[in-house]
Amino acid sequence: MREIGIKTIDELYKDIPEKYVLKGPLNLPGGMSEFEVKRHVEALLSKNRTCADMPIFLGAGCWPHYVPAVVKEIVQRSEFLTSYTPYQAEVSQGMLQALFEYQSMICELTAMDVANCSMYDWASALGEAARMASRITKRNEVLIPKIIHPERKAALHVYAEPAEIRVKEIAYNRETGQLNINDLESKISDKTAAVYIESPSYLGFIEAQVEEIGKLAHNHGALFIVGVDPTSLGILKPPGEYGADIVIGEGQPLGNPMNFGGPLLGIFACREDQNMIRQMPGRIIGLTTTVDGSRQGFCMALQTREQHIRREKATSNICSNEALCAVAAAVYLALLGPHGLRELGEAIMYKANYAMHLLSKIDGLKVPVFKAPHFKEFTVNFDPAGLKAEEAHEALLKKGFHGGKNISKDFPELGETALYCVTEIHSEKEIKLLAAALEEVVSARK
Amino acid sequence: MFRQAQWDEPLIFNLGRAGRRGHILPKVEESVKEVVGDLYRLIPENMQRKNVPRLPELSEPEVVRHFIRLSEMNYGVDSGLYPLGSCTMKYNPKINDVLANLPTLGMLHPYQDERTVQGILEILYRLERWLAEITGTAEVCLQPAAGAHGEFLGALIIRAYHKYKGESAKRRDMLIPDSAHGTNPASAAMAGFNVVVIPSDEDGCVDVEALKAAVSEKTAGLMLTNPNTLGIFEKNIEEIAKIVHEAGGLLYYDGANLNPILCKVRPGDMGFDIVHINIHKTFGTPHGGGGPGAGPVGVSEELSKFLPVPRIVFDGKLYRLDYDRPYSVGKIRSFYGNVAVLLRAYAYILSLGFEGLKEVAEVSVLNANYVLHKLKGVEGLALPYNSNVPRKHECVFSAKPLKSKTGVSALNIAKRLLDFGVHAPTIYFPLIVEEALMIEPTETFDKEELDRFIEAVREVCREANASPEKVLKAPTNTTVPRLDEVKASHPQTMALSWRMFQKRRVAANP
Repeated sequence: MREIGIKTIDELYKDIPEKYVLKGPLNLPGGMSEFEVKRHVEALLSKNRTCADMPIFLGAGCWPHYVPAVVKEIVQRSEFLTSYTPYQAEVSQGMLQALFEYQSMICELTAMDVANCSMYDWASALGEAARMASRITKRNEVLIPKIIHPERKAALHVYAEPAEIRVKEIAYNRETGQLNINDLESKISDKTAAVYIESPSYLGFIEAQVEEIGKLAHNHGALFIVGVDPTSLGILKPPGEYGADIVIGEGQPLGNPMNFGGPLLGIFACREDQNMIRQMPGRIIGLTTTVDGSRQGFCMALQTREQHIRREKATSNICSNEALCAVAAAVYLALLGPHGLRELGEAIMYKANYAMHLLSKIDGLKVPVFKAPHFKEFTVNFDPAGLKAEEAHEALLKKGFHGGKNISKDFPELGETALYCVTEIHSEKEIKLLAAALEEVVSARK
Repeated sequence: MFRQAQWDEPLIFNLGRAGRRGHILPKVEESVKEVVGDLYRLIPENMQRKNVPRLPELSEPEVVRHFIRLSEMNYGVDSGLYPLGSCTMKYNPKINDVLANLPTLGMLHPYQDERTVQGILEILYRLERWLAEITGTAEVCLQPAAGAHGEFLGALIIRAYHKYKGESAKRRDMLIPDSAHGTNPASAAMAGFNVVVIPSDEDGCVDVEALKAAVSEKTAGLMLTNPNTLGIFEKNIEEIAKIVHEAGGLLYYDGANLNPILCKVRPGDMGFDIVHINIHKTFGTPHGGGGPGAGPVGVSEELSKFLPVPRIVFDGKLYRLDYDRPYSVGKIRSFYGNVAVLLRAYAYILSLGFEGLKEVAEVSVLNANYVLHKLKGVEGLALPYNSNVPRKHECVFSAKPLKSKTGVSALNIAKRLLDFGVHAPTIYFPLIVEEALMIEPTETFDKEELDRFIEAVREVCREANASPEKVLKAPTNTTVPRLDEVKASHPQTMALSWRMFQKRRVAANP
């Protein structure tokens, strides 16, 4: 203060109109010592009941998976944790290389050529993918399956509407859940910018007509966008091998805790096509060399797509993303390797199908609703027992289980139904106990 | 002397050896396998993956060493001064990380029954109230994942408001000053608006006459940063608000620069209708090398009905998630926000309280003005716009004189500063300053550290005059010398993944 010649700090605020300057304190808590803060927050959080307190069978866009200790250790490295976006590449090689490795592993997983270093989540990635397809094709309709996460669909509408993109839904086969190809053929046209599908679908079954749908899209000059759960890609065919132009998905299961739904990790990848690459949203890290050519290095590439240069003509407004979650995913994938990823897919599918099998034997339940192979989620219908999904949930909660997500309101045509999720963390014993508990719930009703 | 680690660390794909594994998964019980049978008979033939993904195969220690070495080649706030203008790179208190990593948060599923997640809902509910209090708004939504995401939501709310009033067809113009962050025009365009640029006056503030001329019945709103990107407080804010409101538009506050006015002045009191907050800037949460951040949005009473669902409500006994909001803009993402980031902000506010937050603002302004004072008059650096008004959180110099005399540009200064073990300021922004160096020291660096930075800048300017080639060749003490950023973006040399790099190599050497 002496150096700059002021007596009070308020001299530095003298240009603020007096009427706006706060006269009294605000209604805020604190300040507390570190110990008090810790005790306070821990006490509040301990009011929660987590999947350590009771088996939880929820998925639907955020999934319980084990996060290896190494992942937690790496993402707490303060050089990563406390750095900003790597604008100064020469002092940020560590983060840049880690993100380049993330992008590269996502490409291997999905069999695509280019991935960005993250979007906010799957839902916003879908919104951005639809807008990108519309820019590339100069068309303004996007076709999506009727079976889709309602929040993802809602976000798509919010992203699409200002760009004047119409979203149309394609019906499904009531027996199998598979996309109704006739309905797709009747709705696809020279206005279609993209056809979007998911496999496994939101309700857990594997959509198997992927090649046919992709061909239909391409025959009409539309892009083919595919949404994936990356934990399935050790055993399921990668979208790049069935014609996908853009692949999106949720990377949270790759080494990121659920954290009550955030942060998540939006996956976004596309084919090597200069026009597509230049229309991609988000930050992309590229391999380069030093100016003197002596060494390899990494830096942000294609920044001319981005808001800080292109402003209102940018491909997206995104700048801060989920970079550290992407690093977690890279560490996770490096720990598992190709065979670990395959084992992960197998473990999930075994456990989920085991649960499906046990639950399907319970008189009064229809499990699953659709006759199709399922990966890690499946539907449980309570109609034969005359039970409401909500009632079943209440009864299970009393027995110390958290059942699946009630989807009766989102998909009324499926009756009283819940979406259950089983992953590698659920043991045979827990699954058996769930089945026994559900059996009691159903028989108590009879 | 600063020397950054220079590991010759290969790409992870070139490490390890076939057959190695870094993590063992829980075993699938034999009895489970028996019941299910052969998985590959369940999966349709055409949907089976035939070739395993080409992921690296490493042991656990190999994975650890690789990423630890990478981390050593990265500069963070914990490494030293990080005066990146408009990014508010302040110290991130460690206790907040400890709390955000508790399993009582990590293992919570967003669709759990409300009765089983009362603790976290209470935290989020209270945080909303505190942020509303700090910004002077009626209600806050925590959902946006970043500042730009908050801007997008803000622009959507402006759209929804005009639609509600039946004026959305004509109110298509979003007014944005020429000093604004790039995200403002990008967010407005994403929400379907035409961007109308408002020039700055000779003081570096919004040109009020130009604003008067620009508003019309087409005006949807004005997106404003205050203090602006020059670090100058928009003193005519009352008149600006009046002009925009009388034209029927809404006033949007870009919260990137909220830090210097915390608990001093509130955007809501200045007439702003919508405010976003960069949690990872103002509330000291780590930026993670690019994210995750969080960008909550506060709005006036009148606009609260447009906020995304669900809203967290409290009936005196139970915290609940309320989806019944017919005027809501809908969803901009899944679930409720970047909760692990928001929890850190909760702990930050709790630690500091009103007095502490006010001190944050004051010391950040003091530090910026100290740097300004000490760099004013350095040969080669000019201070554009009114030099008589104090700056707030940041100050912007122009290296134009230095460049015309010595050929040393703002970019070169930035690169040379890295050699001194400090992060460079933001450069070439705001766009209204040529050869801009935008310096935001924040409140968490002490005088000695600031003096070291000031001396480094002076030294670089001296070097530029005495031996410019030294500056032009910088950096030399960093992990790598200067990188060729053009090559990274050129269609012929671009390699955006290992897969693309290999394809290119094969194509070059068939």
